[in-house]
Amino acid sequence: MKQLPPDLKYTKTHEWVKTQPDGTVLVGITDHAQGLLGDMVFVELPQVDREFKQENEMAVLESVKAAADVYCPISGKIIETNPKLQNQPELINQDPYGEGWICKLKPSNESELNNLLSAQEYEKET
Amino acid sequence: MENNLLIFEQNSSGRYATSQAPNKIMEIKDIPKNYLRTTTPLLPEASELQVVRHYTNLSRKNFSIDTHFYPLGSCTMKYNPRGVKTAAMLSGFLNRHPLAPESHSQGFLSCLYELQEMLKEITGMTAVSLTPMAGAQGEFAGVAMIRAYHQSRKDYARTEMLVPDAAHGTNPASAVMCGYTVKEIPTLSNGDVDLNALKAALGPHTAGIMLTNPSTLGVFETQIAEIAKMVHDAGGLLYYDGANLNAILGKVRPGDMGFDVMHMNLHKTFATPHGGGGPGSGPIAANDKLKNFLPIPIVGCKENKYYWLDEQAYPNSIGRLSAFMGNAGILIRAYAYIRLLGKEGLHRVAEFATLNANYLMVQLKKAGYTLAFPTRRASHEFIITLTPELKAYGVNAMDVAKRLLDFGIHAPTAYFPLLIPECLLIEPTETESKETLDNFIEAMTKIMVEIKTDQRIMKTAPQTLPLKRLDEVKAARELDITWGHHDDATREH
Amino acid sequence: MPFIPHTKSDIQTMLNTIGVSSIENLFDEIPQNIRTGKFKTIPDGLNEMELMRLMQTRADQDKLDFNFIGAGAYEHHIPAAVWDIVTRGEFMTAYTPYQAEASQGTLQLLYEYQTMMANLTGMEVSNASLYDGASGLAEAILMAVRLHKSSHKILILNSLNPNYKKTVKTLVSPQNIECIECTLENIKEHKNKDFAAIVISQPNFFGLLEDVDKLTDWAHENNSLVIAVVNPLSLAILKEPGKWGKTGADIVCGELQPFGIPLASGGPYAGFMCTKKEFIRQMPGRIVGATVDKENKRGFTLTLQAREQHIRRAKATSNICTNQGLLVTAVTVYLSLLGFEGLRRVATQCHSNAEYLYKKLLELNFIKPLFPDKPFFHEFAITLNKPIKNMAGYNLEKDFPEYKNSFLLCVTETKTKEDLDLFVENLAHGK
Repeated sequence: MKQLPPDLKYTKTHEWVKTQPDGTVLVGITDHAQGLLGDMVFVELPQVDREFKQENEMAVLESVKAAADVYCPISGKIIETNPKLQNQPELINQDPYGEGWICKLKPSNESELNNLLSAQEYEKET
Repeated sequence: MENNLLIFEQNSSGRYATSQAPNKIMEIKDIPKNYLRTTTPLLPEASELQVVRHYTNLSRKNFSIDTHFYPLGSCTMKYNPRGVKTAAMLSGFLNRHPLAPESHSQGFLSCLYELQEMLKEITGMTAVSLTPMAGAQGEFAGVAMIRAYHQSRKDYARTEMLVPDAAHGTNPASAVMCGYTVKEIPTLSNGDVDLNALKAALGPHTAGIMLTNPSTLGVFETQIAEIAKMVHDAGGLLYYDGANLNAILGKVRPGDMGFDVMHMNLHKTFATPHGGGGPGSGPIAANDKLKNFLPIPIVGCKENKYYWLDEQAYPNSIGRLSAFMGNAGILIRAYAYIRLLGKEGLHRVAEFATLNANYLMVQLKKAGYTLAFPTRRASHEFIITLTPELKAYGVNAMDVAKRLLDFGIHAPTAYFPLLIPECLLIEPTETESKETLDNFIEAMTKIMVEIKTDQRIMKTAPQTLPLKRLDEVKAARELDITWGHHDDATREH
Repeated sequence: MPFIPHTKSDIQTMLNTIGVSSIENLFDEIPQNIRTGKFKTIPDGLNEMELMRLMQTRADQDKLDFNFIGAGAYEHHIPAAVWDIVTRGEFMTAYTPYQAEASQGTLQLLYEYQTMMANLTGMEVSNASLYDGASGLAEAILMAVRLHKSSHKILILNSLNPNYKKTVKTLVSPQNIECIECTLENIKEHKNKDFAAIVISQPNFFGLLEDVDKLTDWAHENNSLVIAVVNPLSLAILKEPGKWGKTGADIVCGELQPFGIPLASGGPYAGFMCTKKEFIRQMPGRIVGATVDKENKRGFTLTLQAREQHIRRAKATSNICTNQGLLVTAVTVYLSLLGFEGLRRVATQCHSNAEYLYKKLLELNFIKPLFPDKPFFHEFAITLNKPIKNMAGYNLEKDFPEYKNSFLLCVTETKTKEDLDLFVENLAHGK
């Protein structure tokens, strides 16, 4: 089990959020979540420019034996998706907090960050 | 010497089974050129003997009921009587065109009519439509009938279908195909539905509930009468998923439990072949509330004359589900099977399916396996969980499933139902002998020893089959679902 | 006569092991007040000899010697080897190949089938089959709506098989998908009306051939997908949907019955579905993929299962679980025996027989073509100027009241010139 990066925010549905210096955020899923799903075979990424509300379904992860929705951790507009995941979905397994990021979004309501869990709180949840 | 070639890898240009096609190619004069094909697709080029040998050899790489014990839970892999097959393949049945006039269809129609009548008595319902082509299509039909019922009463607020979390995946998928949103109802630790959660979920939005009984957890839902009352009081209807009908045949009927509409899987309860994944057949039965909405066509009878009932007779029908009469040949098989068993025989099916399951359950417990519901009777099937073995020895349910193949036994259903981690769902059926069951118990006993002493052999099973464990991740990531590259495979002719 | 092998002593030993005194005790969790009494009206059981006598009597009632009914189900020669192989227990009594290592026979066969169908239709990928042609079209429509994302409307050329239209309506209308019919004459009025897909059948229900290139390009210009419904046998001579128009049809489906599946009163048959690779994740049904085992040997397994109901549940592409495995076995063996060469011989013989009968019939003064001077495959429609009792074709009036005294006739390779001459002669003499 990889260590939970302390500087990230987490959701009960196993997404993480990393605030960037420019105010945008990166979103991915936790190491715990990728472990439950197993070897990733496909990622259905959200369309750039689409807007999502907090807790909306925004992406789908497929492993051989399971499929899981990724819920938007904080309302906002998609600016970029991880282009490498198209051909290397296994990056989510190998490096969930780094190269396995899923998308970048521009939050529309930054106060929602306060609803999210700290690393410590997330650890208790799992 | 084992041959692993694809049929295409044996192609010899220009070869085909010459006695199977007309002697010459006729010239086409009257179709415009731009409508015609100009390419030669990749298809086999082999002699009749090559083809027969290739597919006969392929068949030998399958486990099947005819060759192996096949205790696949939730699938009722019982013996498919050969006489039934022979009867259904008589030329009068086989060569009858689906649109042949009724005057030349009386034999066929009489079988279907009698099947409808017998299924009514078996299910405790008042009307039957045989047309759904599989269990999932039966589910669609039944839920569509529930929808049609509410709409006929102008009760448009009912948009939600309740489904227990233990249900087959088809239940929520069918409800969604009918335009419903699905609400999951949790299960208690003894396998019964959580009535408090059900109560909280019920309301003016409830269209109905889809239940399997015995549930997919292999136990009988004892609160069924109470559930039926609660759902009906809330204005909803009850759908019975007949996947586990073999467990209760002749013991308790869905109609008497309070269900309004249901499907049967003829390929489970009524011994029609599974065919490597189809054809199935999923007739549905309904009570008086819903019978006007049944899918068409249905067979009618007046003064010993049989005829089709269609839109005219059933103006409120949800409609057609296939171009003709569903999987007619499977219906003939189910009819013949029920005639073989007769009323006495039907009562004995559930008795011996249940006896076999309970015997296996007790013996596997003695062999050291953990039962998912130790305080309950098995129905026609039961669940063991490998969670303790996974924790202690790193061996999981899939390893046990694969190791059983080495003992010449098809694996039970693994990882379903999703609620029970590391589970195996075991259904022996009534047609297996005590000797076969004892052989299975012996294999499972040996496997328990191996789990504790030889994890390597468990992790690398199967050892004795033509192939070792397959890389499913590669299959999904590097999709290869047709042989040869498409553009290379097609050439101009 | 149930197929239960237990002896009295088996039963006693098993009950002792379980620790109950009777089988009845095993049902003690079922509340008494809902228990079933004895069945009353179901007949007593039969032995196999008695069953065969009964079934033979029933089957013998339905002999219809000489007819030209097609309309979606076609009489063809079925090589004896096909059903000899299909009814081998190893194919017939296996289940869905979830345990790949124990199901390589079925899995390799399905992979071969997918390859054959993709090549025959000129598409990139095929699934492992659906229930039948009509329900397969409904699945194709649902798929097109998922792919298109913005439209819930489908345009259907009204020359589609009427039973397909009815089946589609049943299966797609609960999801608020609207199917609008048009004719070749008024299709232009539907320009730019935002249809997710257009359904084109080739040949159409009346056996006629459509200008599929023009229709396909028109659809694509209007931002609609093209769903082709084709008789797969016709593809031995007709242009494959992958080559229709500039970029080909998008989803191809149809009925596999002409490939080695007996008429059998309408089923079990099987539907096929092929598409472009980019659309595969929205395709319903089982799909088999090639892979390798631990020792790098080639093998086959079900793949892309995360689309399916047993994993995706309410979010699956379809509720379908089974394909029509056994019928696909028949199709695969049939196609292997015939090859493209054999298929072309069958298809051209069908066409040439149909042309022959068509011309012969038009020589009779009371028969007129319903659609004069249109090319057809192996089926055509005629109108009678005088009533004929028991006309051996499919009466069109039931589904198309505007076509009075009109019949659809189909001729395949099974009829000889003598058969056809005799039929015409009988008609001429009012028999």
